[in-house]
Amino acid sequence: MAFHTRALLGACAVAALCAPATAETLTIATVNNGDMIRMQGLTQDFTDKTGHTVEWVTLEENVLRQRVTQDIAAKGGQFDIMTIGMYETPIWGKQDWLVALDDLPDSYDTDDILPAMRGGLSVDGTLYAAPFYGESSMIMYRTDLMEKAGLEMPDAPTWEFVADAARKMTDKDNEIYGICLRGKAGWGENMAFLTATGNSFGARWFDEDWKPQFDTPQWKETLSFYIDLLNEAGPPGASTNGFNENLSLFQQGKCGMWIDATVAASFVTNPDDSTVADKVGFALAPDTGLGKRGNWLWAWALAIPAGTQKEAAAKQFIEWATSKEYLDLVASREGWANVPPGTRTSLYENPEYAKIPFAKMTLDSINSADPTNPTVDPVPYIGVQFVAIPEFAGIATQVGQEFSAALAGQQTVDEALAKAQTLTAEEMEAAGY
Amino acid sequence: MARAVTNRRKALNTLIAWSIGLLIFFPILWTILTSFKTEAQAINDPPLFLFFDWTLENYAVVQERSDYMRFLWNSVIIAGGSTVMGIIIAVPAAWSMAFVPSKRTKDILLWMLSTKMLPAVGVLYPIYLLFIELGLLDTRVGLTIVLMLINLPIIVWMLYTYFKEIPGEILEAARMDGAALKEEILYILTPMAVPGIASTLLLNIILAWNEAFWTLNLTAAKAAPLTAFIASYSSPEGLFYAKLSAASTMAIAPILILGWFSQKQLVRGLTFGAVK
Repeated sequence: MAFHTRALLGACAVAALCAPATAETLTIATVNNGDMIRMQGLTQDFTDKTGHTVEWVTLEENVLRQRVTQDIAAKGGQFDIMTIGMYETPIWGKQDWLVALDDLPDSYDTDDILPAMRGGLSVDGTLYAAPFYGESSMIMYRTDLMEKAGLEMPDAPTWEFVADAARKMTDKDNEIYGICLRGKAGWGENMAFLTATGNSFGARWFDEDWKPQFDTPQWKETLSFYIDLLNEAGPPGASTNGFNENLSLFQQGKCGMWIDATVAASFVTNPDDSTVADKVGFALAPDTGLGKRGNWLWAWALAIPAGTQKEAAAKQFIEWATSKEYLDLVASREGWANVPPGTRTSLYENPEYAKIPFAKMTLDSINSADPTNPTVDPVPYIGVQFVAIPEFAGIATQVGQEFSAALAGQQTVDEALAKAQTLTAEEMEAAGY
Repeated sequence: MARAVTNRRKALNTLIAWSIGLLIFFPILWTILTSFKTEAQAINDPPLFLFFDWTLENYAVVQERSDYMRFLWNSVIIAGGSTVMGIIIAVPAAWSMAFVPSKRTKDILLWMLSTKMLPAVGVLYPIYLLFIELGLLDTRVGLTIVLMLINLPIIVWMLYTYFKEIPGEILEAARMDGAALKEEILYILTPMAVPGIASTLLLNIILAWNEAFWTLNLTAAKAAPLTAFIASYSSPEGLFYAKLSAASTMAIAPILILGWFSQKQLVRGLTFGAVK
């Protein structure tokens, strides 16, 4: 009897050791864009390797942001992995809402992540979200229209050159506008562009004492320049144009230049969708000679909310989706042009990837943005086209509405800046700054 | 002569009615047309109306990417369940308000309606916390209850209006013949109010089917209905209008077909008692 009991216990122990770890079902919240959709299509590879399955919750960007914020703040536990951006990561990491990704295996090679991306997704040197794809902004321009205007686009142009070229390329009778820029109000819309542009003019959101700076000449110069340029060389109704509206205009051949996210490069050079696919050139975002360019830095990253019951499986997924092997997997199935850009140094050292026309310009743009030192003068915040504090989204959306109204001609530049200064000061005071 | 004028007026009225109808329907028609275009055709300038290369590619992509049937099934259960549950609660409530009103009946009716005056987002956080406590997040039961509660004031109000049109004497006669309360409501009142109940049912199914605030906020992967299915195709970075249109068409098709087949019932119910 004793022998039987021992044998049974022994068998149980062996069975327990040999049994595979429990297969989990992970719920992942994400946005609907090309790279994320591609990842959903390749999930079977992850399931084959780990046994875990994945359920996707795909939402529109603003809805996703609201849903994950609400869920993480209320500890709803609906998601095991969340797709979040560079704005949320430092704020949530600091509040211990996210699981630190400081124990990833050596094979993952954390040091291979581009320094700008790693810096923007870390708090005090600890990584809280792994970048799935990264982007900056740059100039996309029509090579044929530039040539027709008798100009040659330098790799690193100034705003003066861009404004001059935009005016010369404009042919309103034929619905060709020299420059298309974001005008739609929103912290991630016109304010992303204008905050980054402001950096190149030496403007900043706050001084080192958190005092709003919209009453400075740098902001006046930034906003006046932007509005004058769009009024003279921009498309009609520019104050309602966001990324998609400008993409549509550019693809139909109506924009001479477009300064926006580097991810747009793959859209405008795709002959299936773009009528100007073979006539697009790229250049760094402009500067004014002050040492800072008007480009931003952004990453969509994968993070694990603190409190998930499936932390180990969630980490395995993040390792898989943001690994070098994943980039190879996408390349083998869909070609190098479809690999998620802007995350790993090794990708840009790959000679195959270097053949992609916009690869170098994307890397140079990302490398030239510094989230910890975004503008000419020192600032107390982190973020290139945003300020990584919880109050920013609300304040910047209101400021964006004032600037959009100024572009639409409903108020002057001075009025818009005065209102922006007042409302920002009030909100910051209420927030205890 | 008089007849000719009448005919002309009839023709004019028909023309006006069709024009208004088409104007209201146009956005839906445009969505359906766009779903058969390529992404490049969808943003073409000038817009293409009928003469383009029709393609089913978007439907194939949507079908491949999403489990449409799961979203559809969730929509059917949530919209149908909340409406039926609402009717079961509202019929007795409306009966008592219509036939045995108290001094406070009018106040209660107004109070019920006042719950619709608060923006939904105002109670999002308390309801979200309650759902976490009760384990109802991302469940069809939770969503069915919330949608039922949201639509209950409308259901009660509509039924109350219909019941008011039914002469109380008929119910009185039934009572004199020995009918109990249950029989009175089930066998006398309900059959007479069928057009009203049917239109209430249909209208509430449509409202629950299209409800996009709570269905997006209280679901994740398991209980998400067709509103979440549409939302998953909206993209701020990338022009996927044709695919979004295909997803929208697939989401509205069932309710559009239901509305089409039941339009007589719906119109009869909505105009019930309007002309005496």
